[in-house]
Amino acid sequence: MDMNQYLEIFIEESQEHLQGLNQNLLGLESNPKDSKILNEIFRVAHTLKGMSGTMGFNNMMGLTHEMENVLDDIRNGRIDVNSDIVDVLFECLDFLDNAVTNLSNTGKEGNRSAEGIIVKLNNILKNKPLTAAAVKVAAVQEEKSTDDFNMNQYDEGLVRKAAQQGLNAYRIKITLDKGCMLKSARAFIVFQTIERYGEIFKSIPKVEDIEDEKFDTEFLLGIVTKESEAVIKKELESISEVVEVSVASIVVGDEPAENAIDNARSGVAVTAEAADSDEKEPGEDNQNRKAKMGKTVRVDIDRLDNLMNLVSELIIIKNGLEGIGNDSRSQEMNEAVEYLERITTNLHDAVMKVRMVPIERVFNRFPRMVRDLSKDLGKDIMLHMSGEETELDRTVIDEIGDPLIHLIRNSIDHGIEEREERVRNGKISNGKVYLRAYQDGNSVVIEVEDDGKGIDVEKVKKKAIDKGIIKQAEANELDERNAIELLFKPGFSTADKVSDLSGRGVGLDVVKTKIESLNGVVEVETAPGKGSKFIIRLPLTLAIIQALLVNIGSEKYAIPLNVIRDITTITSNTIRNIHGQEVVLNRESVLPIVRLNRVLDVENSSSEEAEELTIVVVKKGDKNAGFIVDKLIGQQEIVIKTLGKFLSGIKLIAGATILGDGQVALIVDTNSLI
Amino acid sequence: MEAINNLKKFVVFKLDNEEYGIDILRVKEIKEMIGITRVPKAAYFVRGVMNLRGEVIPIVELRKKFNLPEAKDTANSRIIIVTVDDITVGLVIDSSSEVLEINSDLIEDAPSSIGSVEQGNILGIGKVNNRLIILLDVARILSNTALM
Repeated sequence: MDMNQYLEIFIEESQEHLQGLNQNLLGLESNPKDSKILNEIFRVAHTLKGMSGTMGFNNMMGLTHEMENVLDDIRNGRIDVNSDIVDVLFECLDFLDNAVTNLSNTGKEGNRSAEGIIVKLNNILKNKPLTAAAVKVAAVQEEKSTDDFNMNQYDEGLVRKAAQQGLNAYRIKITLDKGCMLKSARAFIVFQTIERYGEIFKSIPKVEDIEDEKFDTEFLLGIVTKESEAVIKKELESISEVVEVSVASIVVGDEPAENAIDNARSGVAVTAEAADSDEKEPGEDNQNRKAKMGKTVRVDIDRLDNLMNLVSELIIIKNGLEGIGNDSRSQEMNEAVEYLERITTNLHDAVMKVRMVPIERVFNRFPRMVRDLSKDLGKDIMLHMSGEETELDRTVIDEIGDPLIHLIRNSIDHGIEEREERVRNGKISNGKVYLRAYQDGNSVVIEVEDDGKGIDVEKVKKKAIDKGIIKQAEANELDERNAIELLFKPGFSTADKVSDLSGRGVGLDVVKTKIESLNGVVEVETAPGKGSKFIIRLPLTLAIIQALLVNIGSEKYAIPLNVIRDITTITSNTIRNIHGQEVVLNRESVLPIVRLNRVLDVENSSSEEAEELTIVVVKKGDKNAGFIVDKLIGQQEIVIKTLGKFLSGIKLIAGATILGDGQVALIVDTNSLI
Repeated sequence: MEAINNLKKFVVFKLDNEEYGIDILRVKEIKEMIGITRVPKAAYFVRGVMNLRGEVIPIVELRKKFNLPEAKDTANSRIIIVTVDDITVGLVIDSSSEVLEINSDLIEDAPSSIGSVEQGNILGIGKVNNRLIILLDVARILSNTALM
């Protein structure tokens, strides 16, 4: 059978499962007794085993199988969770993650063998204290229940286990009314009712058959529950169209000890929970999955991109229509164009929303990372995350991960002090790192904050001088804000100790470049001794923005509207020259002037001779600059297109857009000019 | 190097006094010289960008790229749109003439240098009825070119 068509689905689903596993393992570490988390981990391991087995990925299957054995023992209280076990489980996760990554890159599982980890898992199993169940020698052979309710070996093992945990096992025969119209629906209610009280481990006929109504009026269920016979019976009888319920206990004798151990080790379908992905699939889980599948559709990102492109085209055409015969248009035409505009705007919003993904996707990996880092560095660090539900464009989500990893590492490595130092300074020994995301108007803000030592401005300056980034004289003139900006210069790193986390020379300049390439900005706030905060501000959408179109010479340029503070006119004789920088007094502050025609090498710009100059005041963080333009054309919704791989390195230009007349206009990258 | 099978079709065009050919499978279309927007700070041989049905593509001036003398655009000037992998680029040429089928027997390896075109950028020299056509390796030209 050709497996390729399933590979993609396998990879996607595995990634989801692994992400869940990651979270649950973290949860388990802080909450070792939580059976819900354990069950969830078990379920994931089991599902992965099944999936990888079907696909023939034996390394993954082997490992998940061994994981199950360990998890099962943990679940039954035979092994206590400690951090060593969690470490091993994390190793398993890493191995699986690696295998899945390999799969998505090469289509092959990779040759890495899981042997080493499996040995570790087996050691955990070996070191467990022998339990009563394992040493008890069986005396009684089980009596078989009647009624073609054949219990196989697994079922028996299961009932035995349930008995050890103090649960009751019942065989329930349910008879539905002969006139019942929706037998499967009734059966479903029965299942649900039982699952409130216990677990179904067997059903005759199979669940699928019951769902397909392939039964007469009766069906048999095997369940384990804490409740008594009477409670179950009463509950079931209260369901309408159920005419008869008979409940009988299932009694199974103990097995010989060797078998018991075998059973536990083989880890196959040991409990009802595990049984759910086997041939019978009762269980809430299955129902949940079905419900979810009805609501969501998996779509290839390429298709969404394509949809977005089409919307962009539509907007370009709409802009074109608006421009046609502006003054000679009839009333109807105007109305039609306005209506079209409303629709395209709504359509754009809708498509944008489809592309939005909660930032949770990126945040998910951080708890694990922080955990590992704090172990490695011997610092106790708590990560507090908020706003995981904040949504961002998918393309941004894909890109934002690395910069955030970098900032978080930075905070932990450079920001948070060593434990002793914290205690000495009267802080609690646990360092805190906050990761917040929230929407602010048309942009999304992500903050990485720590309660560490803050940024030492003098140290930063000294380092910059040592590294030859600035000169002593320049350093003396720098205010705090500009000094902190030095952190973002290429080749800057303040770590005294070189660790493998940071201090590799890549530094914050990479973060800054990345964020700027996403049309975002990074700011830093710091208070010595209290901590520092990195603030990333990203636009909600990358593809379509409001922009101001201007003329410079005969050329047209677009300036994104969100960076424009205001537009004003000055007379050319008010321009002063300070240290080779042209400035003008605006709103009682000194505003640096940028002559766009000179920066952009435009010939024949009218601004060189004009008396009265139009200035677009643009902001970047809390800095402003006035851009001289020849003429304002107007505001327009524009579709951002990249200049392509070949031209993407031009600093001054953030991209291009296609105007209504089909001409290309370039978008000025104001950030690079301030 | 692209494999050269028996019969291959080339789009033949003129640049300065020479004839050049590009594998027809690389050529998307040929357009007239309209609607080119200059890009500041781009490489000297980049004329600008243009809108090709919603896509913004860079336009390379082959004369400048090959260090040929500059010339004014004429009514015959055209842009050949070529695609390599998923990169689309327009090339400014003096005039396009025809599509020629050239038998691979008639294609000779490139001499060490032909005028200003580096050897690596040439697939070979095609000989058709006393005409010599320089067959360009577009993939190589684009991969060796940084447009900034």
